[in-house]
Amino acid sequence: MTRDAKRLSLILLFAPFALWILLLIVLPHIGMVALSLREKVAPRIYEFGFGNYIDFLNEPIYWNTLLRTASMSLLVTALALLIGFPIAYYIAKIAGRRARGALFLMCLIPLWVSDLIRAFGWILLLRQTGVISSLLVWSGMTDEGIEFLYNDAAVIVGLVYTVILFMIVPLVSTLDGMGDDMIEAGYNLGGGHLTVLRRIIIPYAMPGIVAGCIVTFMLTAGSYLTPILLGGKNSSWFTEQIYNQFITRFNWESGAAFGFLLLAFTSITVWLGLRLSGQSLANTVART
Amino acid sequence: MTTDDAFDLECLGICKDFGAFRAVDDVSFRIPSGTFFSILGPSGCGKTTLMRMIAGFETPTQGDILLKGRSVLSVPPNRRNVKMVFQHLALFPMMDVYENIAYGLRCAGAGKDEIAGRVADVLTRVALPDLARRQIHQLSGGQKQRIAIARCMALNPDVLLLDEPLGALDLKLREAMKIELKLLQHQFDTTFVYITHDQSEALVMSDYVAVMNAGRFEQVGRPEELYHAPKTAFVAGFVGDSNRWSGRALEVRADGIKVETEAGLTVVATAFGDGAISAGDAVEVFVRPEFIAATRPGPDAAAPGGNTHSGTVDSVLFNGANSRVLVRSPNGTMIEADVVVTGGGNDLHEGDPVRLDWPFAQTMCFAAGGA
Ligand SMILES: Nc1ncnc2c1ncn2[C@@H]1O[C@H](COP(=O)(O)OP(=O)(O)OP(=O)(O)O)[C@@H](O)[C@H]1O
Ligand SMILES: [Mg+2]
Repeated sequence: MTRDAKRLSLILLFAPFALWILLLIVLPHIGMVALSLREKVAPRIYEFGFGNYIDFLNEPIYWNTLLRTASMSLLVTALALLIGFPIAYYIAKIAGRRARGALFLMCLIPLWVSDLIRAFGWILLLRQTGVISSLLVWSGMTDEGIEFLYNDAAVIVGLVYTVILFMIVPLVSTLDGMGDDMIEAGYNLGGGHLTVLRRIIIPYAMPGIVAGCIVTFMLTAGSYLTPILLGGKNSSWFTEQIYNQFITRFNWESGAAFGFLLLAFTSITVWLGLRLSGQSLANTVART
Repeated sequence: MTTDDAFDLECLGICKDFGAFRAVDDVSFRIPSGTFFSILGPSGCGKTTLMRMIAGFETPTQGDILLKGRSVLSVPPNRRNVKMVFQHLALFPMMDVYENIAYGLRCAGAGKDEIAGRVADVLTRVALPDLARRQIHQLSGGQKQRIAIARCMALNPDVLLLDEPLGALDLKLREAMKIELKLLQHQFDTTFVYITHDQSEALVMSDYVAVMNAGRFEQVGRPEELYHAPKTAFVAGFVGDSNRWSGRALEVRADGIKVETEAGLTVVATAFGDGAISAGDAVEVFVRPEFIAATRPGPDAAAPGGNTHSGTVDSVLFNGANSRVLVRSPNGTMIEADVVVTGGGNDLHEGDPVRLDWPFAQTMCFAAGGA
């Protein structure tokens, strides 16, 4: 193949990718940033300014919602890691060859059902006339049904359930790459269970942990259906604010500003997380 | 040498069953302090299983393991003073060389200064003093090898176990590491238990070799004992090269056993091993190529106490000092014999008639299929 032909094939290969990045990622965001920097001074008259951002800062409800969304997302991420790590370890290291496939498949099953149906399943379980509450009444532990829905705990449980798969998959793939002899060497050289976990298994799995955390955090912070359906009116999720600005208030400028703020805020959180764990994004992506 | 603590490691009647399958079967041995002990056996004979039991990763179904005279069966792997170099070394890729070596010392609760001192010391002893801050993936195969040994030796183990650590290296490096391992063992003056399926590694490095087959120890002895006085047909076949013929004993004489091989070659052999051989028994005969003299047919008579056969050179296998000729005897048996190829006019060539002589005493005869 001549060099020109090589270059041509390279361009052809990359064209769809470049188009996708440009049309679906770069352009909408430029549009959104531009939109968010327009201030409404009179009906149909706009001028450039940071008014939408200043509004955000001046209204505590807005930034409280953002902080709440971020902290709840961090909590969900931490819970997903705490629950997902033992599961991933079991799948990758303890389960036999055949059990492994079945277990992995079971983790994937929730993905076959849409977000909406999954959330609705939780509602059936948790509402006052739902399965759990009815069971409690039937067993005589309470006289009246208990409303488990519409509180933070319900939102967190629902979110952890939705995103945990995205924690387990990268963890399994990194842990799978770790030979059993690595763990045995850890014990052989005198380490106890805790030392082996802390000094060998976790550092080895770090790229998977970071990748899983990034994905779960981003998914959680950007989720809409689960917090709204399980948290009800007082879920105060930031995506709900964005939705309200765009759809209810028809204030596209402020909605765009909020959207951009969410992106910036989550990006900074991820960057801080990478910094603290001493991982680089490239390293994380390459190892998982 | 009669007290118990003269032995670093003793195994007494060790058995290991995986379900109905017996991987290690009644293995007993004791290793004197400071020796290089090899376990040699074909793939799947249970070498790794035996070593994992010594290290504590598997529990024997039967038997006892003693370290420095004390039973360690109830001691968990991280408390046994037995360190192990894994087949694929298992260096920790997320730590550098220093941290890899320091890991064990930290687990033992050593202080910062002590760790620094010990790491520097052990790195000098494996002749890699400048590599402390290298990452594992920046090391060559031979360097990784030595770091894996250093990581264990920093902890002053009673016994160092090595599970085919040269398996992953290329041939040239293997040859160099063989000698190096032996020197390192001298340096550290620690008992090494070395697992291998390569008989030349075992012969070159070891003070004692145990030959293992199908979960059992066939014979334990010095390398030259195994080579010259094998106790079983398996050992004779596995250790070193040999011509191997099955046949039947025709007659038991004072100077040896007259055997006719399946192909019809008649040789006089000496009985080896424990099984008694009487006329009519099926036997296996082994002759090492270096004991067979291949010469041009001459007038001189056969030496007494020796087998003499004639044949034609089928091919010359030139390999420098280890060259061989493959000789076809009149009845079609192929016989390998070592020759010196000088490049001069006296060398044997394909198609040449040739005479083969070897002593009765070097013709090893075992009862076939015997225990
Ligand atoms: N956990 C296990 N469960 C069942 N069988 C096993 C197990 N571990 C080993 N075996 C069997 O025990 C036998 C001995 O295995 P082992 O690993 O000790 O062989 P080895 O001598 O080290 O072989 P190699 O030279 O190939 O490493 C093999 O037949 C193997 O299939
Ligand atoms: Mg093995």
